[in-house]
Amino acid sequence: MSLNSNIPSGPMAMKWSKHKQDSKLINPKNKRKFTVLVVGSGLAGSSAAATLSELGYKVKCFCFQDSARRAHSIAAQGGINAAKNYQNDGDSVHRLFYDTVKGGDFRAREANVHRLAEVSVNIIDQCVAQGVPFAREYGGMLANRSFGGAQVSRTFYARGQTGQQLLLGAYSALNKEIASGGVQMYTRMEMLDLVTVDGHAKGIITRNLVTGKIEAHAGDAVLLCTGGYGNVFYLSTNAMGCNVTATWRAHRKGAFFANPCYTQIHPTCIPVSGDYQSKLTLMSESLRNDGRVWVPKKKEDCGKAPDQIPEADRDYYLERKYPSFGNLAPRDISSRAAKEACDDGRGVGPGGRGVYLDFAEAIQQFGAKTIAERYGNLFEMYERITGESAYKRPMRIYPAVHYTMGGLWVDYNLMSNLPGLHVLGEANFSDHGANRLGASALMQGLADGYFVIPTTIANYLVGQKPGSITTDHPEFKKAVEACTAQTKKFLNINGKRSVDSFHRELGLLVWDKCGMARTREGLTEALKRIPELREEFWQNVKVPGSGDFTNPELEKAGRVADFMEFAELLCLDARHREESCGGHFRSEYQTEDGEAKRDDENFSYAAAWEYTGNLSQPTLNKEPLTFEEVHLAVRSYK
Amino acid sequence: MSLLNLHLKVWRQNGSQPGHFQDIEAPEIPDHASFLEMMDIVNERLISKGEDPVAFDHDCREGICGMCSMQINGVPHGPEKATTTCQLHMRKFRTGDTIWIEPFRASAFPILKDLMVDRTAFDRIQQAGGFVTVRTGAPQDANALPIGKEVADAAMDAAECIGCGACVAACKNASAMLFVSAKAGQLNSLPQGQPEKDRRTLGMVRQMDKEGFGNCTNQYECEAACPKGISVRWITKLNRDYAIASVKEAFGNTPKVAGGGD
Repeated sequence: MSLNSNIPSGPMAMKWSKHKQDSKLINPKNKRKFTVLVVGSGLAGSSAAATLSELGYKVKCFCFQDSARRAHSIAAQGGINAAKNYQNDGDSVHRLFYDTVKGGDFRAREANVHRLAEVSVNIIDQCVAQGVPFAREYGGMLANRSFGGAQVSRTFYARGQTGQQLLLGAYSALNKEIASGGVQMYTRMEMLDLVTVDGHAKGIITRNLVTGKIEAHAGDAVLLCTGGYGNVFYLSTNAMGCNVTATWRAHRKGAFFANPCYTQIHPTCIPVSGDYQSKLTLMSESLRNDGRVWVPKKKEDCGKAPDQIPEADRDYYLERKYPSFGNLAPRDISSRAAKEACDDGRGVGPGGRGVYLDFAEAIQQFGAKTIAERYGNLFEMYERITGESAYKRPMRIYPAVHYTMGGLWVDYNLMSNLPGLHVLGEANFSDHGANRLGASALMQGLADGYFVIPTTIANYLVGQKPGSITTDHPEFKKAVEACTAQTKKFLNINGKRSVDSFHRELGLLVWDKCGMARTREGLTEALKRIPELREEFWQNVKVPGSGDFTNPELEKAGRVADFMEFAELLCLDARHREESCGGHFRSEYQTEDGEAKRDDENFSYAAAWEYTGNLSQPTLNKEPLTFEEVHLAVRSYK
Repeated sequence: MSLLNLHLKVWRQNGSQPGHFQDIEAPEIPDHASFLEMMDIVNERLISKGEDPVAFDHDCREGICGMCSMQINGVPHGPEKATTTCQLHMRKFRTGDTIWIEPFRASAFPILKDLMVDRTAFDRIQQAGGFVTVRTGAPQDANALPIGKEVADAAMDAAECIGCGACVAACKNASAMLFVSAKAGQLNSLPQGQPEKDRRTLGMVRQMDKEGFGNCTNQYECEAACPKGISVRWITKLNRDYAIASVKEAFGNTPKVAGGGD
């Protein structure tokens, strides 16, 4: 099938303006007749639901948490990029666009990225107007910090809780619309399936997580704002509930899944301490503004206390290898460098999987008080988890799965190949290419929700007769029956192993074979093992309790069942992409000094996978990537 | 790392049916594990014995989403100061300890199952005015509105509230004043929040009363239990803002209260 990305014609800097001009309008009286289903209430979902309701659409918004405000966007720490150039340091829309395309290792769609950079400035204005308490200077102006992959300071922040504050802002906008009656909010409701009618997305099936009731909801369009699939690795920085179910179920109904192998490993997380561990905790990348990363030069020093290792015996490897970006090298590069140091036997801490992030110099230069102002909450968090004080002893960090760049394929209107199905935020694939730069996820979520979808959704809706499909349609009955049957099936297996034990085993396998470094051989092995594990899961999982009441084990079982299928596509995509780019590092394809080696001639495309009914044989559709503005180049941060 | 042998007394309850404490032995718990990881281990063992695992709310497990709750040895989020349950680690306990684990108790937070409670009352309070009425796309440039660092920092102190409900669970009256005062206080102390200040204050306080939260008697258990260290001076501010708004309302100077689709 050919993919039409619907990129507007004309010069790059004019595309979005032109598209806004050319987009369809629906008159206010008619907008009220359309119902839009928004799944997820993170930055993308809340901002979209609130804004669409302001425009006059009827909105139903769903989240599995007990409140819209708890979606995982809340946990983003460091900041949000915007090309405001408040620092007068040479920033511009073009530079943010350029940095993002380059940072994504030339695997993103240029037109989308340019639009993202353009609307970034409006996001900051919008958030300030809502009362988001960004950090400020004494004169009352907004403060900025630097982030990886950029040489300007364009990151706006609210202490170490920027995601929390932006989400609370979007949540307040959502509350305003709930109060006005424009949005109907459904909490503790999990989407189990997408309903399509004549190839169009027209509804969803949900399970009420309190009563267990399985229900159908019809709408004129569906927005999936359901985040990423990082929990396929079991251990990640994602919240426990983050899952692939919504996007995977849409994929099974025909939506293409693009570039699943682009997964981001965040360089600064607290290392794993034992096999009971349920999640990994991120320490914001902003710490790298003032912290210096090092390991001992000599293996025999690894067991020593860090203050017993003299300056001359320390290897500040990021500063050594990437002198111009130093400790602020992009995430994928920093992560791999940490892995290399540990593979080399120079890792520190339990199991030797850790490197130091040292603040001694910054504390000496600025004083402990300033450092506490900048990172106080992160230092506290570190101490609670490890029992060590980062004011006195360098932090130990190690990379962990953090974000997934891949997602459902969408066109310039954020609509998937399934008409009516729109995908926003981390759940889509479009803006970050093979690697996302720090402070760009919050930017994308809010750009999609506040500024893109409110314009582009009309292009679909204008051709639809509002309310023409209701839950009486046979497709809804069929979908409800299928979901009910799946619930029964889980409860009847009555096997010997817990859901978590399967999830943990799957995660270890995927992390080992499809983590920071991948090989054809390893991926082939994983592809053999995953279907076996899936088979065992369906034979031997134990889901206690019943389907008609609160049952967290049943919820987890549904999510893990989908991860079991998705993992196969992830590994297939990673095996098919015979190049290294961004977060996808194939050990076979690297330069002499160990850097990622892209193959632009053969792989300059987005891989959009189509479900065929056979999990091991999806069909590959390609969207060629062309670069008009940014010249393809070897990404260098040296 | 060492292993702890613990005796748990866990509250079990199905919806509105009466609940009870169940004795659960929890041997060999790694002291590096978090409290919720200890609960995971306990649940895994219950499942393998064919028993019903303990239901509890949790999500981010990094102290920011506000989903985890639990009264641990009588204290919301347990004994550590300024720490959520998910960030509490077992190294704070000793082998042989008995740990009492209960849900957050308040009539405005009905129990759903075991340790899970319904906190949607907090959402409804926010919907009654916890926002600035500004539509997407309308605002001026962000730096056109200078806000002093001290003012922004103070607003941020209030904005750190994670909406977990520990303040309510700690209060003998189950008052939600710390939560409401932090939410209203953030916006009431910023220039953006001034036009709707009175509406917001009256709307949120009245919704709080309607939800069945108790009165504040200024004993500040809430501040001591708050995992984010929200200060009770926000309650003082809310009382002041409420007094002013009420007086204005009495003289007919306040527009209709926000919320409820007016």
